[in-house]
Amino acid sequence: MMSDEREAIDTSETAPAGFEPVIVAFCCQYCAYAAADLAGSMRLQYSPNVRVVRLLCTGKTDPIFFLKAFEGGADGVFVAGCMEGNCHFVEGNLRAKQRVQHAKGLLDEVGIGGGRLEMYNMSAGEGAKFAAAADEMTERIRSLGPSPLRPEPGDAEAALQAALDGVEVAQA
Amino acid sequence: MIVAERKPLDEIQQSLEGCKSVLVAGCGTCVTVCMAGGEKEVGVLASMLRMRAKMDGTELDIREATVQRQCDREYVEQLAELGEECDAILSMGCGVGVNYATEVLKTVRVIPALNTRFYGANVDEGVWSERCGGCGECIVASTEGICPIARCSKSILNGPCGGSQDGTCEVDPEIACVWQLIYDRMDSLGRLDKLEEILAPKDWSKGRDGGPGTTSREDAAAIDRGEASE
Repeated sequence: MMSDEREAIDTSETAPAGFEPVIVAFCCQYCAYAAADLAGSMRLQYSPNVRVVRLLCTGKTDPIFFLKAFEGGADGVFVAGCMEGNCHFVEGNLRAKQRVQHAKGLLDEVGIGGGRLEMYNMSAGEGAKFAAAADEMTERIRSLGPSPLRPEPGDAEAALQAALDGVEVAQA
Repeated sequence: MIVAERKPLDEIQQSLEGCKSVLVAGCGTCVTVCMAGGEKEVGVLASMLRMRAKMDGTELDIREATVQRQCDREYVEQLAELGEECDAILSMGCGVGVNYATEVLKTVRVIPALNTRFYGANVDEGVWSERCGGCGECIVASTEGICPIARCSKSILNGPCGGSQDGTCEVDPEIACVWQLIYDRMDSLGRLDKLEEILAPKDWSKGRDGGPGTTSREDAAAIDRGEASE
């Protein structure tokens, strides 16, 4: 059901000079959020483009979280959960994986492109893995160009606020 | 429940051509349960439409509302105020909801966002499967609760066709041959002899014959509040 992808608008050629992607990361508090914290303690350098939303579990995610973040001006979104088989709530990260996959289809349908959304898995001890995910996603979005929803430079705080609004909508 | 699926976004956008404001209206009953047109799906579709409009540089004011049922007047009327301020209501109800909202709300256009598929059951997490054909005269007492009209690819009533292979249907090996299911069920109940009974032809006039179906209950009818007798 629900097919009909629209070719994503290529903004890589028209990206303004000095384009800095705005990226929202939904992180599980048991793994990726702690890994981000560890990356900081380890003084690891990683892309400052990422704004983190802490979740009790990535199983809390819902496609509306991602859509709202994009609506609010995010250029990219990623979800970071526990290693498969290690979820504190047994299968929350597997649910998140399915929802990310579903939402990629929705983004393809809109024409934003599912490639702007990704799922990563890591343990709380992998600060370097969080840093690598943040860098990889930033580079990916840098090469894709700004979100076709906004020609003007992104406002990271607005995107973060929109992402939080999405969380609230889903909780209502 | 009535099972539906959302139409592709391109088709929905096309049907909204010329609209500057739209009320995306969800239904809180069947289509909420089959995850096609409830409050969550309204939020997702509204977000997708807003993003599309922004990308296309078009102006589209999108509002959202979900009512308990789009097939009951008192709930549909709740859409009137918001709907009448808009150029159209994009109904995420089943086909019944679209028709009934059109009938009740009169002055506002109602556009479908879903394709209504069938009457089905939630057979697995995230999976819905057809179980009833709404034919108007249920015959499953003679097939031990398994409906050959809804579940046989040819809706045949007199046993499996030649395309039944190893318990599956020739249309798709993923589809069980319903007559195999009926046979196995009757066998397990020790009622195979019932299959040998000759049944009268099914009365199809109870189904699509004679125009749209209507049913009534006199004890639930509106009270006649005409002039009291003197």
